[in-house]
Amino acid sequence: MASKRFAKADRRRCVSCGACENECPKDAVKVWRGCYAVVNEARCVGCGKCEKVCPAGCIEMRLREDGESAK
Amino acid sequence: MKKKHWYDYLWIWSIIYFALGFFNILFAWLGLIDFILPLVLAIFGGNKFFCNHLCGRSQLFTVLGKNLKCSRNKPTPKWMSSKWFRYGFLIFFLTMFASMLYQTYLVFGGAGSLKEAVKLFWSIKVPWGWAYTVRPASDWVAQFAFGFYSLMLTSALIGLIVMVLFKPRSWCSFCPMGSMTQLICKFKQRGGSPEISEE
Repeated sequence: MASKRFAKADRRRCVSCGACENECPKDAVKVWRGCYAVVNEARCVGCGKCEKVCPAGCIEMRLREDGESAK
Repeated sequence: MKKKHWYDYLWIWSIIYFALGFFNILFAWLGLIDFILPLVLAIFGGNKFFCNHLCGRSQLFTVLGKNLKCSRNKPTPKWMSSKWFRYGFLIFFLTMFASMLYQTYLVFGGAGSLKEAVKLFWSIKVPWGWAYTVRPASDWVAQFAFGFYSLMLTSALIGLIVMVLFKPRSWCSFCPMGSMTQLICKFKQRGGSPEISEE
């Protein structure tokens, strides 16, 4: 069953440091060719670890149902 | 639990690097690896594997800030990861690097003398002659080492300060090497996107 939340990275603000990639327990976040982080929404379990670790604050958690921010 | 790789322990190298600089400043030259390798990987590999996995400094900030809880873990101010600050800091950093190279050139050409000091935050001169008592190299080699160690130590101190104040890896949000390699990667991938790649 998919989680209620999933992570979404803002490509324009991402600094592609890879902190999220290293933190993700499900390998759902990858830095795409050194440019920005991309989240595989299907794999994401919505734990929020990537959001906590992101130094640029470019990851936010969203609700799956309606796409609204979970905050 | 994620599988650990050999490169997950490179934070130890970061500590060793700065420790070696206290014994013999010529070891500062080894820091060039952290300058050249990210650029090589970005230019030829089109990735930021160095930032993502090989950067001992960012790992050290994670160990200190997250594992040892030395960070307040507050959000990094948005301006620190804004484009104007990141690229502004990159330009400033490169200018200081060029200035350091010029100082080395002056010593090489005999127009300047060796200054056995480490300059912190580009302004505070700290006598460091005790790390260069035996002189096996030319003066310009030592001058570069003093200048380069100053740059490395200053950036590490800035990183430690923002680590304590904000998130463990806050330094990464405006790290000049990170900004430069991201620019290279974006240039190489211009017009591309993960969505196009998957098709």
